[in-house]
Amino acid sequence: MNNKNRLLIFTALAVYGFLYLPLLIVVVYSFNDSKLNAEWVGFSLKWYDKLFHNNEILSAAGNSLIIAGISALVATVLGTLAGMAMYQYRLKVLPGLVLAPIAMPDILMGVSLLLFFIMLNMSLGLISIILAHITFCIGFVALSVQARMSGIDRSLTEAARDLGANPWQCFRMITLPLLAPGILAGALMAFTLSIDDFVVTFFVAGVGSSTLPLQIYSMVKIAVTPEVNAISTLLMLLTLILITLVARLSPGALRS
Amino acid sequence: MISKSWQQRLLTLPPLGYLLVLFAIPTLIMLFASFRYTGEYGGLAPWYAYKDGGLTLELTLENWQRLFETDIYLRLFVKSIGYAVFTTLLCILLGYPLALMIARSPRKHRDLLLLLVILPFWSNFLVRIYAWMILLSPNGAVTQLINSIRDVFGLAPVSLMYSASAVIICLVYVHLPFMVLPLYANLEKHSSALLDAAQDLGANRWRRFWNITWPLSLPGVYAGSILVFIPVLGMFAIPDLLGGTDGVMIANVIKQQFVESRDWPFGSVLSMVLTAAAVLVVLLGAKFGRQGGR
Repeated sequence: MNNKNRLLIFTALAVYGFLYLPLLIVVVYSFNDSKLNAEWVGFSLKWYDKLFHNNEILSAAGNSLIIAGISALVATVLGTLAGMAMYQYRLKVLPGLVLAPIAMPDILMGVSLLLFFIMLNMSLGLISIILAHITFCIGFVALSVQARMSGIDRSLTEAARDLGANPWQCFRMITLPLLAPGILAGALMAFTLSIDDFVVTFFVAGVGSSTLPLQIYSMVKIAVTPEVNAISTLLMLLTLILITLVARLSPGALRS
Repeated sequence: MISKSWQQRLLTLPPLGYLLVLFAIPTLIMLFASFRYTGEYGGLAPWYAYKDGGLTLELTLENWQRLFETDIYLRLFVKSIGYAVFTTLLCILLGYPLALMIARSPRKHRDLLLLLVILPFWSNFLVRIYAWMILLSPNGAVTQLINSIRDVFGLAPVSLMYSASAVIICLVYVHLPFMVLPLYANLEKHSSALLDAAQDLGANRWRRFWNITWPLSLPGVYAGSILVFIPVLGMFAIPDLLGGTDGVMIANVIKQQFVESRDWPFGSVLSMVLTAAAVLVVLLGAKFGRQGGR
């Protein structure tokens, strides 16, 4: 069209390139038949094969799935309650407490929870990681549910009440089904956040309870190997699927 | 029938209780820990003791005094704030054209274009850092490219890995979506009638941008800046993996106090200063955001 628009589109495309090229390189080199992430030698699946025979990585992946599953489940229940409460009532303390963990740098939550668990004489491991992950997931579920609540027509619940439904029936048969996409989107987001978290986990994980991001960190600290590319690619694939689902279920949820 | 207040309690109390115990109380414990002594083997010493038959408190201001004994920590804070400011400005520079392009593209394409910005943000944080470890390594594409350009001008090759520039590049890369999303949310709402009117009155492109689009988008710029500035200020993984000794930030020292030196009281002092800085930025941002919104 005109120059300004061309310049704008060109810059925007360049920024998309900046966002995607680094990730593309990780994926491409995961299939490279060379130990170095420097030049393309030939196609190979050997790094994936190595990955599936690495017991440390497999047990870390198992831990990550357990942690993400339980954290997402509990955070979804608590976050849904919080989201509904924040929409229905004028509250002062709860919205602040729900948003603060999202707003503060992760490292602060990591070190303060470390102090907290040690003070309680709790041993660090799966349980401390799960408790920590629930804390930072609640807010994301709450925001997703709150956004969905504001899209529900209030006259539907009022009609149900007029027709004699008690609050529980009204919740179960009207609000919950309408809310479901928001809840599910929040749950998937919580699962993704948990499986991806590095910073908080770094502080509250004890010896012998490694997760995938912790495993990647310790591998990367020692040396850059294509095995890391292979886990990274699989992890990206998982995230891609989950986030596409969230985007389908509740387009607004990801923007908050 | 369940009364209204019972319903409210049922919804509010479980999340409230959880977050009080696992967020508010740990923060208070950290504040308290900043006044305690370091234990014999690191960690924390008991905060009370029985001496001469009475109970005495074992608390101190020493940890806070240590903050000001040398200028190391203050300089590190200033340096980290400098990194955060620089990263925020670069994110505005790169994110604004992208957000504007999405906001002005046909409505049916917007969701997809926006999803393309969100996707890399949701891919694993360490994977995104790792990608730059590959690109910035001596044999990496970016290093090769820059050095071949330098070669044309007869300049000696440089190493990018383990430097402040490596840290800034990666900080921008990781936080860019935080800038684009609030900017887009703001730009999307602008009415094109304003721009059309300005054009009819003879304003050229740049005047239309600087006099209309930019001032109206300021709330989005402030929101995006807060979302970028705060996590950057508390970042330790990027300087840890890409920064070497040059690129150290304040959160690296916090991590060092908690993990390597096990000086938890002093680590708590640094964390409390970081908390205060983050709260201050949120409050300032809220204030400016409100003014800009008018």
